[in-house]
Amino acid sequence: MNKDLLLYEKSRAGRRTLRLGKLDVPAADIKRLPKGALREKFAVLPEVGELELVRHYVRLSKQNVSITDSFYPLGSCTMKYNPVTNEAAAGIAGFRQIHPFQDAGRVQGALAIWKRLEDYLAGITGLPAVTIHPAAGAQGELSALLVANAHFEAKGESQRKVVLIPDSAHGTNPASAAIAGLKAVTVKSGADGLVDLADLKSKLGEDTAVFMITNPSTLGLFETRIAEICEAVHGVGGLVYMDGANLNAIMGVARPADFGVDMMHINLHKTFSTPHGGGGPGAGPICVIEELRKYLPAPRIVEDDKGLRLDYDAPDSIGMLRGWPGNWGVVLRAYCYIRRLGREGIRRAAENAVLNANYIRVKLNKTFHVPFDRLCMHEFVCNTRHQRQHGIHAVDIAKRLIDMGHHPMTIYFPLVVSEAMMIEPTETECKETLDAFIDDMLKIAQECIDTPELLHAAPVTTPVGRLDEGRAVKDPVLCYTCG
Amino acid sequence: MPFIQNTDADRAEMLAAVGVRSIDELFEQIPAGLRVEQPIDVPEGISENELWAELNELASWNSTAEKGSFLGAGLYRHYIPTVVDSLQGRHEFVTAYTPYQPEASQGTLVAFFEFQSMVAELCGMEVANASMYDGCSAVAEAVLMSTSITRKRKRVVMSAGLHPHSRRTVRTYLGATDLEIIVAPLGADGRTDFDGLIDDQTTAVVVQSPNFYGVIEDQEAVAAAAKDAGAISIASVYPIALGLLKSPGEAGFDIVVGDGQSLGVPTAMGGPSFGIFATRNEYVRKMPGRIVGQTVDGKGRRGFALTFQTREQHIRREKATSNICTNNALMALRGAIYMAAAGPEGLREVAEHCMAKAQYAADAISALDGFELPYAASGFFNEFVVRCPAPAKLVNRAVDAAGMIGGLVISDHVEGIDERDLLIAFTELTTREQIDLLVKTLSSISQTVSVG
Repeated sequence: MNKDLLLYEKSRAGRRTLRLGKLDVPAADIKRLPKGALREKFAVLPEVGELELVRHYVRLSKQNVSITDSFYPLGSCTMKYNPVTNEAAAGIAGFRQIHPFQDAGRVQGALAIWKRLEDYLAGITGLPAVTIHPAAGAQGELSALLVANAHFEAKGESQRKVVLIPDSAHGTNPASAAIAGLKAVTVKSGADGLVDLADLKSKLGEDTAVFMITNPSTLGLFETRIAEICEAVHGVGGLVYMDGANLNAIMGVARPADFGVDMMHINLHKTFSTPHGGGGPGAGPICVIEELRKYLPAPRIVEDDKGLRLDYDAPDSIGMLRGWPGNWGVVLRAYCYIRRLGREGIRRAAENAVLNANYIRVKLNKTFHVPFDRLCMHEFVCNTRHQRQHGIHAVDIAKRLIDMGHHPMTIYFPLVVSEAMMIEPTETECKETLDAFIDDMLKIAQECIDTPELLHAAPVTTPVGRLDEGRAVKDPVLCYTCG
Repeated sequence: MPFIQNTDADRAEMLAAVGVRSIDELFEQIPAGLRVEQPIDVPEGISENELWAELNELASWNSTAEKGSFLGAGLYRHYIPTVVDSLQGRHEFVTAYTPYQPEASQGTLVAFFEFQSMVAELCGMEVANASMYDGCSAVAEAVLMSTSITRKRKRVVMSAGLHPHSRRTVRTYLGATDLEIIVAPLGADGRTDFDGLIDDQTTAVVVQSPNFYGVIEDQEAVAAAAKDAGAISIASVYPIALGLLKSPGEAGFDIVVGDGQSLGVPTAMGGPSFGIFATRNEYVRKMPGRIVGQTVDGKGRRGFALTFQTREQHIRREKATSNICTNNALMALRGAIYMAAAGPEGLREVAEHCMAKAQYAADAISALDGFELPYAASGFFNEFVVRCPAPAKLVNRAVDAAGMIGGLVISDHVEGIDERDLLIAFTELTTREQIDLLVKTLSSISQTVSVG
């Protein structure tokens, strides 16, 4: 039997897993539905028994590389350990079986956790006004840009339509700017890999709405001129937004508010250990200065003499960006994580993240070219300059790492470094794991010289080899049953 | 420290390798004035057992729906087969990243491909993506997508029967555009009245069925009116209802969105759930979100990978179809497992049970003195509005006192609604006993009011 069948290919009419008990009221009378309301053709869904269903998904799970089985130094993604306690906590009935439209008095436990997490994030960032409404980092960015729009409109400065974005930024930054009706203008990086202050200053003006900066940058470098940058942006009346994707490197050590940052988002699914889940769910809370609080998305958590409640009617709010107050399950996990670590543990996490990254950097920087080879924060970027002569690209090294039992680093990002390989080990990895990765990277470097064909053929240990991604676009098959 | 494995000895060795004397020296790259001098304002850490005690205490402050709940309004308490939690909870699914390295992520990719197929089938469409954040943001993204298909049109017409959170989300997402939003009102029968509102300046027509008030809309008429005007028709659905009710694809819609929560995701205070998003093949390049496609490897073996990535922000930046990056993959996996566990027969059975319970309750409540079901004649699935003889808030209080969770006092969330209107929902988990207790509670109110 071919074990790699899709569920649809295992389907046999009449099988199923879910069967309800006997109906305790009279059967539904479909004649009470309006004419033409019934489905004519039933959805073609797989028909499988429970054992086949379980085997299918267990088999699929084994075809994933995850943090739980491998080192996962995916730069910019902060793939730290996701504590199992936090997963179990989300299963508590009192957290799982609650509805956001219940009377506030009957969900005080949930609202308390929500409020406390907002307070903790304020403590960590120094920015006092927090909302956990946005569903993910990109939605946090969009929320903050809409907050900025509202702020400028109230000040009679709606001519501010430009968002300045460094060339090393995540693609979500310009994409969010576009939805917010703002024009994205790129700011160059200087020779030191940091924002080119002269270029930034030349682009600041009366049309500047927001400067979006990732700090530490996607090169893993701290923007040492951040205070001067904020001053320059404020000098022309603009706001500074910090993409908090890399907060893990500085939490407990430095607070963005002290840099002069006005707004930022946090990825709870990076910095605060909530799992990535193969692409979400995440949560992208935003933290802003007091002056901007009134514009934050609704609903807000407010406290009155009866306790905590959700306020959907904040008059100056930019509104909702999704249904319901936010991703509660993610909020809960992040709360658990911060409670375990406390203020001391948060700082230790940043310290070990930075130490681990630097340790790998110094062990690899003689073999792989590191364009900005100085102390880094929680991640660093190297490339294949020394391996290029052997016909090796970043993708070859990434795929070979899979065969060695590691998840690859991020490749081809940031765009400012050609053939970039971005390595972020996180604090939760121990030295032996880092050493094993370093050894394998050095071994791969030698293979680039001796047996480059091994790299070009990789991966060979996976269920499939390198896929023809061009064909997936040219001849799209996006659905098993359709057409 | 929790979750940190390096020992002091490890750290000393590593610091020496890096060539610095201390951890603090590592942070000297941050200018001195920008580093905190005092510990940040976060409490001390606690142990795992202390955390559990705290969580159990906090959870006890919340009331759960175990004794019965009639609260739905877009978020429904359905039975979740044990396989959903068990399989979704596999660490390999939970702790993997977005499948950018397809060879190391075939598990997630196959699951998404199957998910897309099931969602497309359920909606009666040709193609679906691998999930959105939720139903409300999916509606907003669908409207944005419509503007890239029907360029230069001026107005979006959305039904007043759309979930209030969807309506608010659309307003937020369209806030920076020049598009005007027209809200089509509900008629006396509870269905949207689009009459005279759709014309050659309409970008999109958005309708939800069953609508927020539980009323089944005339989907075919809406889709046809949009088509005649050259506008994009967008339907927001309740996936469980599609086990029985006509799919928007059959009714002729261009884009189908909805919240997937009812497919195996707990209500959990409203999130995370996942959004579904399906459309026709011709619009696939305009669609937001991740899409998984089938292809082959060098040896001709079938494999799956993210595709049409040139639509996305990490490639196209400000010209992307959407800014979405992280979506709600793990919740979509729950949806896939749920749909596969149910199959077409299971899904139809769940839908029939929901409808049977609602019909049973509707008959009993409409027989009570003073209670009316203003829109019931238009047809409902598992939820309907009850016009009570007293403010709905008071009625709810009585239901709460009976140990159950009452319905939604609609006027708390939508302006201009009669304060006596209560929205109540039924699922396969609602028992006859709970419905009888609800009816008994309502009848005591009816007596109080008539005596008073």
